[in-house]
Formats: sequence, C-alpha cells, structure tokens
Amino acid sequence: MAIDPATPDTGTGAIRTASGDSVVAAEPGGGAPAAGIGPYRLARRRLRRNKVALAFGALFAIIVILCFCAPLYADHIAHTGPNDNHVTEKVTVGGKEKDVVSVSGLPIGPTWQGRFLLGADQNGRDLAVRLLYGGRNSLEVGFIATFITMILATIVGLAAGYYRGVVDGVLARILDLIWAYPVVLLGIALGTSLALGGLSIGPIEVSGNSLFVPAVIIGVVYIPYVAKPIRGQVLGLREKEFVDAARVQGASSLRIMAREILPNVASTLIVFLPLMIANAILLEAALSYLGAGIQPPNPSWGTMISDGIRLIPSAIHLTFVPGAMLVLAVLGINVFGDGVRDALDPRARVKIKEKETDKVSDDPVEFAVEH
Amino acid sequence: MAERLLEVEHLQLYFPIKRGVIVDRTVGNVHAVDDVSLTLDEGETLGIVGESGCGKTTLSRSIVRLLEPTDGAIRFRGRDITKSGRRELQPVRRELQMVFQDPQASLNPRKRVGQIVGAPLQLHGASAKEIERKVRELLGRVGLNPEHVNRFPHEFSGGQRQRIGIARALAVEPKLIMLDEPVSALDVSIQAQVINLLDDLQDDFGLSYVFVAHDLSVVRHVSDRIAVMYLGKIVESSPSEELYTKPIHPYTVGLLGAIPIPDPRQNRARRRLVVSGEPPNPIDPPSGCRFRTRCPRATEICSQVEPQLTEYANGHVAACHHPLNVTQAEIASARRSPLSPVSAGEDAPDFVEGHDAAAAAVADHNLS
Repeated sequence: MAIDPATPDTGTGAIRTASGDSVVAAEPGGGAPAAGIGPYRLARRRLRRNKVALAFGALFAIIVILCFCAPLYADHIAHTGPNDNHVTEKVTVGGKEKDVVSVSGLPIGPTWQGRFLLGADQNGRDLAVRLLYGGRNSLEVGFIATFITMILATIVGLAAGYYRGVVDGVLARILDLIWAYPVVLLGIALGTSLALGGLSIGPIEVSGNSLFVPAVIIGVVYIPYVAKPIRGQVLGLREKEFVDAARVQGASSLRIMAREILPNVASTLIVFLPLMIANAILLEAALSYLGAGIQPPNPSWGTMISDGIRLIPSAIHLTFVPGAMLVLAVLGINVFGDGVRDALDPRARVKIKEKETDKVSDDPVEFAVEH
Repeated sequence: MAERLLEVEHLQLYFPIKRGVIVDRTVGNVHAVDDVSLTLDEGETLGIVGESGCGKTTLSRSIVRLLEPTDGAIRFRGRDITKSGRRELQPVRRELQMVFQDPQASLNPRKRVGQIVGAPLQLHGASAKEIERKVRELLGRVGLNPEHVNRFPHEFSGGQRQRIGIARALAVEPKLIMLDEPVSALDVSIQAQVINLLDDLQDDFGLSYVFVAHDLSVVRHVSDRIAVMYLGKIVESSPSEELYTKPIHPYTVGLLGAIPIPDPRQNRARRRLVVSGEPPNPIDPPSGCRFRTRCPRATEICSQVEPQLTEYANGHVAACHHPLNVTQAEIASARRSPLSPVSAGEDAPDFVEGHDAAAAAVADHNLS
C-alpha cells in the first residue's frame, strides 16, 4: 500500500516506505483533521468552556468600549465636555429646577437623565462624562504602559537568558535597581519630576501633562516583574536540542531567539498581558490619586477619586462612581487573565473529549506581581 | 577511491571547571575529547561506540561546530572549518547536518512540522513554494504522511518524531549527517525501522554517516567502520565485521561481552571478559593507558607508557600494550598509526614480552 494522501493513517493501517519496510503509524484516536491541534487551539477551547472568565472578560470589554466612546456620549447625550464648568447653571430634574452646585458648595447627585446622569462634581462638571473620559485616559495609560513593559521585558529577558554572562549580569543589575524600589514610590518619584520638567529624549519632546509620562513610568517600573520569569524560561529553552538543531542549520542568534525561543515564551507573555494591564491601571490610579500621574484638569479615575475625597460625607458619588468603575475594570481583566492562565497552563489538564491531552510541557511560572 | 569527506586531526575538547567569587579561575579540565583523529570517506558510515560519558556526543557536536574544540583540526572536504565563523560555515552547513538523540527535545513544540522541516530550506534561501513542495516530498520520503505538514510534534509518536528530525536534516541535501544516538530514545521495534530508513536514505542520496551509539549491536548493522571510544580517546578502530570477530583491545572485548544473547542458556554459557567498576574521572584521567584501572590484563607498563594506536593488517587500529587476537606475524608487521595521539610519542610500537601467551589465554574469553 502506497502512501495515500487522501486518507490520513488511522493507526490500524500500515504505510510503507519506499524500501518496503512496513511502518505502523502510531496515531492516537483516528480521523484527526490534517491541520494540527496546536497548544493555542487547545487553550482557546479550554477558555471557551470557562464561562466565568469569559463573562468577566466581556465586562472589561464593555467598559473599554464605553470609555472609548466617551466623545459620543459627551456630544450627543450629555452635551458637555469633560472639563466644562457648569457651577452657576441650573438643571431640571423631575420638573424642578436645581442648582448644579448648591450655594453651600454641594454638587448635585445622580439625576438619572441625559445631563448629569451621575451628578456633578464641585466644579459643576458632568461626572458621567468625566468618568468615561477619565476611564479612557486610565485605560490608554494602562494599555500603553503594558505595551512598553511587554516589549522591553521580552527583549531584556531574551537577551539576558540567551547571551548569559556579561549581558545577563548588566541587565540583571539594572532590573534589580528598578526592583529595589517599591513600585509606587518609584512611580511617584519619577512622576513628580517628569510632570514638572517634561521628558525629552533626543528629538522626542513630551510635555509634563502628557499621557505618555505616566504610561512610560508605569511601563518601566513593571519591566522586572515580566523580564525575570522570561529570562528564567529562556535559560532553560536555550539548552534544548531544537536550539542546537537551528544552529546546525546555520541560524543566527537573533533568528534563534525570534523563531525558536520566542514562540515558547509567548504563552507566558499572553498570561502576563491581562495581569499587567490590571496592574498598570491600578498603579495609574494610585499615582494619579497622589498627583504624580495624569495631571489635572485631565480626568482619570485616580484624580477623580482624589478630587472627591474631601466630600465623602456629603457627596459620596464623587468617589464611589470612579472607584466602582476602577474595581469593575480591574476585576474583569483579572478574572479573565486567570482564565487565560488556566487555559494555557498544562498543569490544569482539563480533559477535552477523548484523549487530546496537551503533551507540550511548559515550565510552570509564578505570576504573582507584588506591589 | 571515494573522496575523503571528513578529517579530524588530534581534536581536543576540554571543558574548563571554573571556580571563583568574582573572577573565575580555571581549576581543572574535563577531558571530554582528548586527541581524537578520524577520517571518513564519501558514502561511508563510521560508527562510534563507547559507554556513557566517554565523549562520543561531545565529539560529534564539536565536528558540527556546536562546541568549540580546544585544539586540533576539523577538515570538511579538505577545508579547515575548525575556526570558521557562522557565515563562513554557511556553505558547509548545507552539506553537514545532524540528527539528535532526543526526538522530543529536538523539535520545537510550538512549530508545525512543515515549519520545522522547512526551516533549513528557508535559511538557505528557497522560495515559499519550493519549500512547500520539498517538505511534502521529504515527509513522504521518510515514511510520514505528507498531509501532516500542519501538525505539531506532540501529535506524533517517538519514531515518527525522529523521522521528522531526519527529514529536517535531509532538507538541504547534505553529504554527511552526524547521527547522535538517533535510536537510543526509541523502542527496539522502532529502532529497526529507523535504522532501515537511514540505510535506504544512504543508498538513495549517497550519504555518509557518523553514527554515534552506545550499543554495539545497533552500530554493527549500519557501519562500514567502527571506532571504540574510552574516556575521550579512540582505543580501537576497524572495519565493522572485524571488530566483532577479532577484537584487539580488551575494552572492545568487554563491550562485546555486554551484548545480551536472547537465548538465556547460551548467554549463561559464554565466558566473558567483564569490565567491572566505573569509568575513571575524566578530570584527572589515569596515567599511561586510560583503561588500565579496569583492565584485567593491565601490567606495569600500562601505567607508565601511553599505548599508541597501532595499525595492524586490514586497517585495524588499536591502542593496547597487550593486544588480543593477533598473531606474532601481525605484531611484527604492525606500525604506528598516523591517527595515534601526539602524547603517545612517535617511537615504534612497543609490546610487552610474552604477550602472545597472555593473548592466547584471553582469546578463549572472546565470544563467538
């Protein structure tokens, strides 16, 4: 029997080599499709069965979509901008005219209508509009920071783990230097100094109140938390025979890192991604609350909480609304991230019909990130 | 006569042992490969055998330049590649490929079979269409279903994975393939299939192999010549069949005696020269003959003079002061082999008086 490409061998049939040796193909479970079942496809299947993680992921996605639609809401429903004052204006609620900010300085509570849906702040600004714009800022900072962390940490981790020796030593000391400071303290120090002077690297000028300042700071302070585990994995992977095989073929070091090693640490990076987004959003809120992050009058969840903190007894909605939003967003991405980790973690070993267990073993990685 | 493909001359590879707080000092060396010379002609298969830790894997890895040799020369088609950089090696890589021991570890778990087998082609500048066609052809050639190009390594059995590894090595149409224990990790039934496949491929593509194994019975089947390594040195080298019928070095006799015979009665009945104990520490190898600490025939001279590789009739080479299975005439005509280590000296081979009596006594020990 010659090799028949139309029928994948099922384990019972024998295919013959040209020489006539009969070879029993040891294929488990017959009739598998020609396209292979890769680790990611298995992970996707597992994730799809984790309804809780998916629900929380959806929650986060909804928050993201709402926040990025902030201008639509502001223009078409609230008819005001995030920084527009309405201190002296009045608003009709349920047929009665009310001051947006009362004579004694108390802002109006939730009206549950187009204007001032969630009330106003001390300056008579629409809280709902600020919440969405603030969320957009917070999320943008979170995403950009995570992007920076991931890119730099991957490069640092790959280089340190692959080249070892001096490169590893120098990079490890730099990471230790960042790591030695508590994240928030380092963020405040960098944040306050950069907010005053702005940032100029060669031709790139970033003004002090730009979103990029907190994003870069947050991105940098989290590098060690991702780079160290990546380095550890690369140290193990570079000794694998498939790396030797690539070298025998004549592949360069860069090619080996990009083509052979990177795909093997990609799952770790994917697991880190949502967790780092959550951390970055939280750190942004903390820094903004302390005045070292997003600079007023730009809204962010952190600055909004900070603005409302003195009015907690009389106008709790000023802190509660951005606080709740922050919790929901971080909770959503965190639970989703846990689901992703469970799906990618081979130790989870969720049985997916019959015998399709994942034989690819990854080193277990701890994903705890301290503050 | 076939063209000389590979020459290894006095190859040494020491792994330094470093110690120190801030600045590492070298406190010793592991003599993994110590002055090994060998040659390989086109179309020939050289088997290299020896027990674990004797340096055979290190030798094969240094020949493909995965490890940097400490000293010596490697010539491929007469061209010295001992110190060549990656770019200089590129054309040599096309002709010199390797199959690894562990088919699980040598295939990247995140890549599809097509990518794995196609990678060397891509590196040497083939077009995407060309790669696609070639990969299918190769998979078919090594006895796999060409439709499986999109599968991942974990979806294959051990033997199939090794076939993928062989297909990858074949992709760039090499002349010489280093086989580093290609079947050691496989079941015995699969071993035979893979070895037969390698045999067929050799005939079809005119390949040469360096076949590293720790199992003499595996090597016997495929090799034209076999070299026996002990503690970083080649102690005996001969045409394949002659090694089994007429072993000269006591260590070879011991290795042969370790091959199990499937019939227990026969197995019990044979008298064996048993090599007992552990191999000595390669950091501090014994003086003189390295095998003397475990050799039943060792005498005074073995600890004082390092035996030369001595060439007997028929290209049979062995390094022993007390050779087995050789006649007086053969000894008289023996001469120093050019493959002999430098440290063993340039003088004529020296034999101990009364060797033939001892040889005759131990000759009975030799199995069939």
